[in-house]
Amino acid sequence: MAFQKIDMETVSCCGAVPMQNIIADAPYIIGRLPVTGGEVPLVSTKLTWRDHGGTIKARWDINRMNYLVQPGLYGVGNPTPDSPVLVSANYKMSFDYLRRELSGIDAWILVIDTKGVNVWCAAGKGTFGTEEIVNRIALVNLAGIVAHKNIIVPQLGAPGVSAHQVKQRSGFRVLYGPVRASDLPAFLRSGMRATPAMRNVNFNLIDRLVLTPVELVAVIKPLSITALLLLIIQVAGLLTVTWDMVYPYLGAVLVGAVAVPALLPLIPGRSFAWKGWLVGVIWALLVVWFKGWQWDGLPGILQTAGYIGILPAISAYLALNFTGASTYTSLSGVQKEMKAAIPCMIAVFCLGVAALGVGAIVK
Amino acid sequence: MKMKYLKNVVTLDLNSDKCTSCGICLDVCPREVLADKAGQIVIKNRDACIECGACALNCPFSAIKVRAGVGCAAALIKASLTGGEATCGCSEGTCC
Repeated sequence: MAFQKIDMETVSCCGAVPMQNIIADAPYIIGRLPVTGGEVPLVSTKLTWRDHGGTIKARWDINRMNYLVQPGLYGVGNPTPDSPVLVSANYKMSFDYLRRELSGIDAWILVIDTKGVNVWCAAGKGTFGTEEIVNRIALVNLAGIVAHKNIIVPQLGAPGVSAHQVKQRSGFRVLYGPVRASDLPAFLRSGMRATPAMRNVNFNLIDRLVLTPVELVAVIKPLSITALLLLIIQVAGLLTVTWDMVYPYLGAVLVGAVAVPALLPLIPGRSFAWKGWLVGVIWALLVVWFKGWQWDGLPGILQTAGYIGILPAISAYLALNFTGASTYTSLSGVQKEMKAAIPCMIAVFCLGVAALGVGAIVK
Repeated sequence: MKMKYLKNVVTLDLNSDKCTSCGICLDVCPREVLADKAGQIVIKNRDACIECGACALNCPFSAIKVRAGVGCAAALIKASLTGGEATCGCSEGTCC
């Protein structure tokens, strides 16, 4: 099937009212089911190399903000008026993770417009919310297509959805489904009952590691600018830039963006900035040790102090940024942590730079 | 392993007089913060709360109050620099 670009008018970010029930062809659409007042595209429950490729790209922050599915009503299997309705965000990765769990299941998928953002983040913003669900139910004429009055909303959408208001305004009852799409078949089989395990959010090693590329990509831009500056300095003959000068900083970045997220529960302490700083100090000491510096002379001491000031501050800052990707931080907690950590980071960073500067002059 | 964040910072508040123990809050909480203790909803694990606001928004009796928001330093730093609202997801102003 030819890949047809989704009509941007219908999925644009702000303002434009999506057209009712006209869903453009897409590689994952494998048929069309005639329903009252139109047709519903049927989607495959098998992910292709194209879908996996898109996921990998999004994990590396390539096209992540424009990786979307056209909002509307879709179907899997042979949906009937009695089949369950599953609500999804229109982030393509959310949609893929849902449909791949639905093989052998007949269901409707109500894709709501979250501007291509995943369920949890969109719920926090309110775009995965009461308003959009109520509107989308009306737009797709859900009441004319299904014979029941239930919709299954992913539990992680609950921060944006008020179940009793959806009921009041649309007549549809919100049943909160499991956190993970992989629990959906069991949830449906058990008469829509979620076990406590289905209601809990995990954040294991794999959960954390898949998030680190985005953290890395976020630092690539400042790193590239730094590399360019170093190159200019080199070419201008002001300073000979060597690997020896660069690797301490590169290491500090990797510590904050990759090592701390991966080792998160193993690092003592609760504050993210603290965890980053702690591992950063270990890295700084390793750097000092690799370089085999003398501790007796003033220049050596100043350089050591410089590294111990600067490197952990970089790691701490990046680790603090991982609070947003984690699943167990709170607004109040992060605010408290920032209030204490950011001034400290700036102070030690500046002291470190001063020490390096003075050290270079003394030398 | 269940990871814990900072202690005694959470703004969660449950008003037992308004609560009817309908239990919707137990369904929406992703952190098992609340529990049904002999027919009475109680805050069982306050420090596990991530202030997502799901319980407060879904309580039909307005029995729960929490200052909901994102626990995301990057968003808070950006918001404090630009004066905008702290949200996650749409970075770099590509969206709205």
